[in-house]
Amino acid sequence: MGANIANGIGASALRKEDQRFLTGAGNYTDDINIPGQTYACFLRSPHAHAAIRKIDTRAAAAAPGVVAIFTGEDLAEAKVGGLPCGWLITDVNGQPMKEPPHPLLAQGKARHVGDQVAVVIAETYLQAKDAAELIEVDYEVLDAAVDVATATQPGQPAVHDIAPDNVCYVWGHGDKAAVDKAFAAAAHVTTLEFRNNRLIPNAIEPRAAVAQYSRSEDAYTLHVANQNPHVERLLMTAFVLGLPEHKVRVIAPDVGGGFGSKIFLYAEETVITWAAKRVNRPIKWTAERSESFLADAHGRDHATRAELALDKDGKFLAMRVHTKANLGAYLSTFASSVPTILYATLLAGQYATPAIYAEVTGVFTNTAPVDAYRGAGRPEATFTVERLVSAAALEMGIDQAEIRRRNFITSFPYATPVGLTYDTGNYEATLAAAMKIADVAGFPARREEAKKRGKLRGLGYSCYIEACGLAPSNVAGALGARAGLFEAGEIRVHPTGSVTVFTGSHSHGQGHETTFAQVVAERLGIPFENVDVVHGDTGRIPFGMGTYGSRSLAVGGTAIMKALDKVIDKGRKIAAHLLEAADSDIVFEDGNFKVAGTDKQVAFGQVAFSAYVPHNYPLDRLEPGLDETAFYDPTNFTYPAGSHICEVEIDPETGVVRVVGYTASDDFGNVINPMIVEGQVHGGLAQGIGQALLEQAVYDPDSGQLLTGSYGDYAMPRADDLPNFKVDTQVTPCTHNPLGVKGCGEAGAIGSPPAVISAVIDALKELGVRDMAMPATPHRVWQAIQSARA
Amino acid sequence: MYPFQYHRPANLAEATALLGKLGEGKALAGGQTLIAAMKLRLAQPSDLVDLGGIAELSGIRADGDAIVIGALTRHADVAASAEVGKRIPALARLAGSIGDRQVRAAGTLGGSIANNDPAADYPAGVLGLGATVVTSRRSIAADDFFSGLYETALEPGELIKSVSFPVPQRAGYAKFANPASRFALIGVFVCQEKSGAVRVAVTGGGNGVFRSAELEKALAASFTPAAAAAVKLSADGFSGDLHASPEYRAHLVSVMAGRAVAAALG
Repeated sequence: MGANIANGIGASALRKEDQRFLTGAGNYTDDINIPGQTYACFLRSPHAHAAIRKIDTRAAAAAPGVVAIFTGEDLAEAKVGGLPCGWLITDVNGQPMKEPPHPLLAQGKARHVGDQVAVVIAETYLQAKDAAELIEVDYEVLDAAVDVATATQPGQPAVHDIAPDNVCYVWGHGDKAAVDKAFAAAAHVTTLEFRNNRLIPNAIEPRAAVAQYSRSEDAYTLHVANQNPHVERLLMTAFVLGLPEHKVRVIAPDVGGGFGSKIFLYAEETVITWAAKRVNRPIKWTAERSESFLADAHGRDHATRAELALDKDGKFLAMRVHTKANLGAYLSTFASSVPTILYATLLAGQYATPAIYAEVTGVFTNTAPVDAYRGAGRPEATFTVERLVSAAALEMGIDQAEIRRRNFITSFPYATPVGLTYDTGNYEATLAAAMKIADVAGFPARREEAKKRGKLRGLGYSCYIEACGLAPSNVAGALGARAGLFEAGEIRVHPTGSVTVFTGSHSHGQGHETTFAQVVAERLGIPFENVDVVHGDTGRIPFGMGTYGSRSLAVGGTAIMKALDKVIDKGRKIAAHLLEAADSDIVFEDGNFKVAGTDKQVAFGQVAFSAYVPHNYPLDRLEPGLDETAFYDPTNFTYPAGSHICEVEIDPETGVVRVVGYTASDDFGNVINPMIVEGQVHGGLAQGIGQALLEQAVYDPDSGQLLTGSYGDYAMPRADDLPNFKVDTQVTPCTHNPLGVKGCGEAGAIGSPPAVISAVIDALKELGVRDMAMPATPHRVWQAIQSARA
Repeated sequence: MYPFQYHRPANLAEATALLGKLGEGKALAGGQTLIAAMKLRLAQPSDLVDLGGIAELSGIRADGDAIVIGALTRHADVAASAEVGKRIPALARLAGSIGDRQVRAAGTLGGSIANNDPAADYPAGVLGLGATVVTSRRSIAADDFFSGLYETALEPGELIKSVSFPVPQRAGYAKFANPASRFALIGVFVCQEKSGAVRVAVTGGGNGVFRSAELEKALAASFTPAAAAAVKLSADGFSGDLHASPEYRAHLVSVMAGRAVAAALG
């Protein structure tokens, strides 16, 4: 690299996309309107578990404006398949997980409140909604299995006949015998039982889709709010509708946030794609917010018992974890992998724990499907590890930072006992930076000052690690992935030297249009303004896997770098011809191809022009044009890591927890755009602090009704719930991608919940409080104080 | 939202006549509850009679030892009123603490108390200050106005014209907000009247605003935060939900009463 240009790598370039977002010029799925468009409304089950005896659509069909009504029976008749799960988990006995059918519209049974039972297509949305109210469904209401902790107990109703005990799989990972042996010899064992609370993603843009079928082309176009349009298309065409891929174009235009919830192939967009041909009209569906609560895939929802064995000096000997993970009523696209592959592999954290064993039971319940949500398995792992470490320190009387330092991994590469090899890191550096910025030394004085005001102060640590840059396809495949996890990038150089980048990654808030342009501008030595990024359209971009798991820059950015290498390599040959030199004598520097050691040079733009107007061009050995595509499959995950320190102040009269200080020192490898990275950390922290203090999806344990089905009951974090964050980055470059980047999108949400909870416990420890469930609501904190005082 | 007929009468007589005539008609004030309920298809009025065009229903004026606030006066206007701010600052602060900016710009005093949401703020202010509700037919003392969950003494077709708030010696309001909705999980309005008598009104308890005899007794003896905080209320009658148990709500009443007294004492 080395081109010294404005808005290159390392610059906080203002985001190219913000002009349109902030001036109302964004183009979201619901902004797409096609002549002749109809509207879909889904009738959803009001019951958590019910047999469907009969559906009478006669009155609805006769309602004004109704074009068509379809039920599960219609789809079965048309031989339309169900939604697939993208990851096969093999259980402790070598058996494949139970994979019950996941019909697009309920067939015979509704399995959660909000399950799709029928779809009405009408001239207007209100007509569709009015008609849906006229559909008479004869339900036989059944008992529901709701809570993950109890759904596997004998006597609980079975969500699916093929899993009478509601167990999808029992999966084990690690060396159980070594762990048991280490525990037997331990000087101290810390044991915790806790829930990782269920969350609802709440992207600001609800899910939406517009499906169109063209008779003239015998082809479909689907606009959909989605994070990975190629994956969406592959799953929908090959696994559900049986359509040839080349006859379906999927466009994910501007998307207003996903946090994982828009990775998955959902029933709604699949149904309307199928129905668009049946009714021969375009169909639009946009979720109402209450539908988002009921029918977006939720996140987390684990019940865990975790144990840490230590020697007398606080060195970790072994960890043993048993988790029941709620999968919901059906297996969503990546549901099976999140609480297993993306969870247990992270249980080493930043520590040299020699032996780790985890056993995960995937559980079906009569609740909405549960799948990846910002962090996806890694927040759950971090909470498990960091709460154990903090609790052990408290129990053994060891300082919170000291116990971590005694156990940090300090030499790299490091192979963990749970299957990952960390390439690089410096955990002491982020911890030291965080402690300095958080002024840990001044905390005792602040605690005393708070005490004078009747308030309780606490400090909590979290030293997290995550595996990002998903993923080496061969590793993922060996672990059960049914898809590859490479990424694709195309660099199309135009005749005058401007560039369009086509990426398989998808931006739904991450700022790829800016970050990727910075990378290209830097590498080619051309103005940032001359680079545009295209994503989200299977009709334009190469086959790529999309955006999730903090992978876009590490994997998608590397594909772009490889395509740039090809462009420069070809450019060097063209330049050699133009400069009448040997290929091997040409170097590319600061946007110019130069004959090494001379002042002879030709600008990148001239080379591009020559490639498209090849009047003086080595046509005997080179094709015209300057347009290169590369695919990149990573050789390892990347391992962002960092230290977070949270300071809280608690009002013991009310139980209110106020986050008064939050410091994050993160190692994301090299940083392309510090402003965007800071924004990503802020957003992640808001969601992580939201999980720790505010957010919880609650189902009635008997009826299975979602009690937190609106913002009146589901507490989203607001600006005034959060402090001014202090964020810092320390850098150990990733060793196996050319940019040296690791990913930053999920870190805030991964690192923060245990820091907050440990801070709450630290504040309350003088009262004897030793544990705190998430979310630490005022009510819960007050109850803990009362119990401790009683 | 289901279809409905919209009416915008120019005066109170026209409005009451319309409401008398329309079977399933509803009066629309600020719409902060009704419109949301209609959008969720939980309310289905055949007609909406928009009171927003009736000038006589809006405004704030002094009337001797009272301040009279028109039923259609927006929360934001009460919060910003110099008159209210000077003579009953607790009421101005209460109005300024309702919902968010958008809610305060649209929501009205009359709409709030006619709806009598068990977690609304205004009922606590009206009952706590011992105000009088003036309707299209009569005057109703606050003690007789709030009759239960979402229920008031209003008869069909009867509209609130204004509320007359006697200026107290001192008053204070303290609210513990529900972390999700930010409605009052518990809100306590304390008032020491010019006569010295103490009134304490509690909202958010679950079954509608009510006066606390225990707190009034304690504060009549000693109008101090400590006296309020020392009162331990029974949890009986308080509601429990996923945000708060009855015991927690009962506890918060004492805590918020203490803070309201502190606010009243400045």
